[in-house]
Amino acid sequence: MEYLTTILQLFDSTIRLSVPLLLACLAGLYSERSGIFDIGLEGKMLAGAFAAGAAATWTGSAYAGLLAAVLVSVALGLVHGFASITHRGNQIVSGVAINFIAAGTTVILGQAWFSQGGRTPSLPNEARFNPINLPGADAMRDVPIIGPIYYELISGHSILVYLAFLLVPFTWWVLYRTRFGLRLRAVGENPAAVDTAGVSVPWLRYRAVVCCGVLCGVAGAYLATAQGAGFVKDMTAGKGYIALAALIFAKWRPVQAMFACLLFGFLDAVAIRMQGHPIPLIGEVPVQLMQALPYILTIVLLAGFIGKAIPPKAGGVAYVKER
Amino acid sequence: MSQPFAKLPAWADYGLLPLINLIVAFFVAGLVVLLVGESPIDAAVLMIKGAFGSGDGVGYTLYYATNFIFTGLCVAVAFHCGLFNIGGEGQAYIGGLGVTMVGLGLGNVLPWWLVFPLAIIASALVGALWALIPAWLQAKRGSHVVITTIMFNFIAASIMVYLLVGVLKPLGSQAPETRVFGDGGQLPGLGWLLNIVGFNMRSAPLNISFLLALVAAFAVWLLIWRTKLGYEIRTMGFSPKAARYAGISELRIIIITMMISGALAGMMALNPIMGAQHRMQLDFVAGAGFVGIAVALMGRSHPAGIVLAAILFGMLYQGGAEIAFDMPNISRDMIVIIQGLVILFAGALEHMFRPSLQRIFQRVGRGKREAAAAVATGGGQ
Repeated sequence: MEYLTTILQLFDSTIRLSVPLLLACLAGLYSERSGIFDIGLEGKMLAGAFAAGAAATWTGSAYAGLLAAVLVSVALGLVHGFASITHRGNQIVSGVAINFIAAGTTVILGQAWFSQGGRTPSLPNEARFNPINLPGADAMRDVPIIGPIYYELISGHSILVYLAFLLVPFTWWVLYRTRFGLRLRAVGENPAAVDTAGVSVPWLRYRAVVCCGVLCGVAGAYLATAQGAGFVKDMTAGKGYIALAALIFAKWRPVQAMFACLLFGFLDAVAIRMQGHPIPLIGEVPVQLMQALPYILTIVLLAGFIGKAIPPKAGGVAYVKER
Repeated sequence: MSQPFAKLPAWADYGLLPLINLIVAFFVAGLVVLLVGESPIDAAVLMIKGAFGSGDGVGYTLYYATNFIFTGLCVAVAFHCGLFNIGGEGQAYIGGLGVTMVGLGLGNVLPWWLVFPLAIIASALVGALWALIPAWLQAKRGSHVVITTIMFNFIAASIMVYLLVGVLKPLGSQAPETRVFGDGGQLPGLGWLLNIVGFNMRSAPLNISFLLALVAAFAVWLLIWRTKLGYEIRTMGFSPKAARYAGISELRIIIITMMISGALAGMMALNPIMGAQHRMQLDFVAGAGFVGIAVALMGRSHPAGIVLAAILFGMLYQGGAEIAFDMPNISRDMIVIIQGLVILFAGALEHMFRPSLQRIFQRVGRGKREAAAAVATGGGQ
């Protein structure tokens, strides 16, 4: 029983930690499947988290925070689109720029508006996304095995967690079962063909960039108003890059992306839990190793030991209509 | 990309266009300053005063510039090959390991002028090796060097934290840093150089690695524009297909370029470690690897441009620290915004103003030609 509780707690924090990764990863999926590489996931998430923290502080509403996060993140996404679609600039340079702009602006504005060293004031529970108890969770609590699983693991998360996991089948459906999804995949592989078919390449890519912005905004709002209680300086701490790694790991497919994010979330949860607890036989594993593991795993994957990850063919290349 | 308009003259392409991009970037940064309720003009005056107003100000400006020259060159060399090395940060961080090994091991034994060359070699070697795996993955497996170097930045940070809170920390010490190097591990300052120009530097850590940075800049110019290898690197950057057709080995060029790039980043570690702190501290790179991206883009990947851009960013760093005293709302994070804006306008949006500029030049050019034609026909009558 003791073991079961520990494992359930571990899985529970795995879910909590993998949600921002999953949202950012799906965001990157829309963008990269359309042929727009996005290094700027990190920055958009960070700006979104700040906007959510600030707006929730002012209005006292978590939903206002979410809206603000989405708006700010989409605006940054449009900057990325403007640079890389309209002006055919280097997509990676543009993404890097967005990361820096977000990292600097959030601290400067946070300090100027709230004077708390770049963080937003601590949010009361009313201004956050609170855990939802699913129906029957309390009643089932005492049922052996299924009870604790339902109570601990499935119930008791905020609405954004359920939203994130529902977005996985939704994204799959959009990508593989709708006209928009077909064109999105096509424009990432062969934009000239899409253009010949009379579909506007820039318009499609702009829509993909907006989808990406929306999801990054939700991820940021989750960090600031669901997982945490307010924005903290540099609160994404590389999650955008881990999401990017997960996207490669998943070879740009939604369901696999979920598993990759769960894996990376699990590593994070284990790292937090194992701090100061030696493993039998191996001894104490340095925390830093656990923290670096997602990156090391990605490198190993890219080295081809797990299988080759082939990105969308037209990714990173601006489309030029033939004259 | 086809060019519908007349080609710009060189001075406009390399001088005017970057200047316009830079002005726009600073204009937007000024808007952010306005947004936090300060005057952008006052801020600019404070910044310039802080950076060049005193001997120490100049010393610090050039000290920061030293870091940025190295990391800027690191990014630029890779750019010439069509690679985007975003891993300067990690390569510099790991390069510190090479400097530290030499400094700790030989600092008490040899004089500085013997330790210095060894430390240069060690830092360059370690930095180059850290770039080797991403380079190999790019050349052999086609995995994007941007992704792998980002991953290597994080891995480098983890390794260095692990080493600095464990193995490298002296017994009984709490701070995550190594012990102070012996006298041989400390580079001489450049106070005398500033004295010649009439500045008096007291505590600024400007040191001899600034000169090394200038030498490196010249060496990169030689390499890129005056050697066979440089020609091959540029060919690969312009057109990998043409390079392949010309019998240039893609694998070889990518790996060599990335290793040179990593070596330049690794050498950056000399400046803060041997030059200023005389020990290795946690996070001594402090974002210089990323500033290098902005510096390289602004300097148009040319060493001369990079030195100028690095001094500009050194000014922003030093001046930014000074502003923070008078305008508490503006901290050093302002620099991060400016850095981002410079990367955006000088990098991603570099072509935004080109068409309109070309149109202006075309009109001016046509006007001149018509005038000349009119004079010519007028003279014939």
